[in-house]
Amino acid sequence: MRVKARLFATLRDHLPEDASDNMVEVELSEEATVGDLLDELAVPADEVRVTMVNGRARPRDWELEPDDEVGIFPPVGGG
Amino acid sequence: MWLIRINMTDRSYSVEEAPDTLETMGGRGVTSTIIHDQVPPLAHPLGPSNKLVFAPGTLTGTAAPSSGRISAGAKSPLTGGIKESNAGTAWAQHIANLGIKALVIEGQPEEKGTYWLIHLTWDDEEERPSVEFLPAEDYVGRDLFEVFPKLYERFGDRVTIAGVGVSGEYGYANSGIVYNDNNKRPSRYSGRGGLGAVMASKGVKFVIADPSGAPRREVVDRELFNQGRRKMREALGSHAITQPEGGLNMYGTAVLINILNEAGGLPTRNFSSGRFEGAAKIAGESIFEGIKDRAGEEVFNHGCSPGCIIQCSNTWLRPDGSEHVSCIEYESDWALGANCGIDSLDDIAEMIRLCNAYGFDTIETGTTIGVAMEAGVLPFGDGQGAINLIEEMGKGTPMGRILGGGTEFTGRAYGVTRVPTVKGQSMPAYEPRAVKGIGITYATSTMGADHTAGYTIAPEILAVGGDEDPLSPEGKAALSRAFQATTAFIDSIGHCLFIAFAILDIESGFEGMVEECNGLLGTNWTTDDVIKIGSEVLRKERAFNEAAGIGPAHDRVPEFMTYEPLPPHNQVFDVPKSALDSVYDEL
Repeated sequence: MRVKARLFATLRDHLPEDASDNMVEVELSEEATVGDLLDELAVPADEVRVTMVNGRARPRDWELEPDDEVGIFPPVGGG
Repeated sequence: MWLIRINMTDRSYSVEEAPDTLETMGGRGVTSTIIHDQVPPLAHPLGPSNKLVFAPGTLTGTAAPSSGRISAGAKSPLTGGIKESNAGTAWAQHIANLGIKALVIEGQPEEKGTYWLIHLTWDDEEERPSVEFLPAEDYVGRDLFEVFPKLYERFGDRVTIAGVGVSGEYGYANSGIVYNDNNKRPSRYSGRGGLGAVMASKGVKFVIADPSGAPRREVVDRELFNQGRRKMREALGSHAITQPEGGLNMYGTAVLINILNEAGGLPTRNFSSGRFEGAAKIAGESIFEGIKDRAGEEVFNHGCSPGCIIQCSNTWLRPDGSEHVSCIEYESDWALGANCGIDSLDDIAEMIRLCNAYGFDTIETGTTIGVAMEAGVLPFGDGQGAINLIEEMGKGTPMGRILGGGTEFTGRAYGVTRVPTVKGQSMPAYEPRAVKGIGITYATSTMGADHTAGYTIAPEILAVGGDEDPLSPEGKAALSRAFQATTAFIDSIGHCLFIAFAILDIESGFEGMVEECNGLLGTNWTTDDVIKIGSEVLRKERAFNEAAGIGPAHDRVPEFMTYEPLPPHNQVFDVPKSALDSVYDEL
């Protein structure tokens, strides 16, 4: 299945060269999880604080569905 | 430390030892105590009975990192309740260096429209601060970018400044108190709640502080104090959000634009959606890249006051590389950007510059323009039109005066029902329908809608200090209450609220905060005392508000949020009234 992943802030350094802006489309096996997506993108797990699937925070073992949109964030804060 | 009372009716003053009851208090604890004890709750905010109180935080002026904070307090012309508006500036440290616990400005000149400048210096012979009144007519009606250099020219490069722009002179409920930043810009603000109008109503245009010759602050237990600040420094220096070249230092506070947008909680086009299609264009990442392009190199952010480790303030540049404005904060970026459907950083920068020139709160300004757009005064997305409206506010045209009255006032003038305010103060950059805990803070805070009053965004969105589902109301009243009390403590001791990102995750940093206070003051507080001390401050604020006629019925979000589902999650604000009431009932 294909999903769309967006990498934000410092994680943009891990975007593949063919990424458009901060978004990349990734081909994953059925039943792949958020954690599998991070592995596929080679984003170090300890740099990631928040992962959102379709706008909801989801854990690493969350199973993805085709066409899911995943936002991947390092620790961020502001006010 | 000293308590200075200035009576602007006859320009008399007294300098006295601060009472013992204030001995272990600072910042918001001091301002809210004095207002609770001494301001008649039914006083007109712009009349002679209101008092404007400045108090530096307990730790302000010491070597504790990121502690250059001032609390400004009064009865608010925007909310009709108590107000504490907190800012980071070297002026706070100068007031503390002068040994001033509280500066209380009372009364008002009989002749409206006369303005004075107050010059605070250290008197070596008397060994206490001294007060001088100077005429300020030359500075009235002027752009603050024009006036600040004149003040530095007159009083020297080492002074610091607090003051008001034309917004205060007009008596707008949207008017902040401006302070200098580290580069002598008029850019740091006690923005919220209309305190600029209170200051101007006293006939005070500027307060210049010069602590030359003042003695160093006494520290009761230097070893403990140093241990505490070391722990704080280590926490701030090692957390990914607060460390040098970390999230805030690199991208600034606007790093939040993307994550709130992704979560569907970025209020867009006057709170009609939680997602903005132009978010990426105005996000912290785009600000960093934009500055890099125009400067020709990567530029990391600067601090609001000396001694800050976090350093989250940027300087936006014009296309030719010259300075446009410092700084584009998340709140300003959102209010004047997403909330107005505007996706041009150059337009947003110009609006912020105008707010700084005239003395407006950027949040209240953006939400007011959003309501004006809703009313059809101009279309959403009209950057130049929005710039023109701020110019009208600054010039005091009839339209400008309506807008200067604030978001709720403008909504009434145009018969708008979608008006995002609580207790008269507009909501900041987090949607209550998509982030329920912050909605509880907005609804119940003593300050009106205020994100800083109880920043549940940390566990609800950022996974800092916990992990809470933002769409669920469960357990959020207790969460908001705990954050509100902890915040009242931090606002009192004078640390920047952003230390919370580090110390919520790093326990030794939290201990360090308490040790800094114990070392400085000789107290024996424990980490458990933080919420107790903060709760005492909240109780006083609440009592003042109730006596001013602001009670539980006002602890509600605007009605439209309870029936109008917000895309993309299509949620309404479904927190039960009983949960809202429990925040203060169980304090």
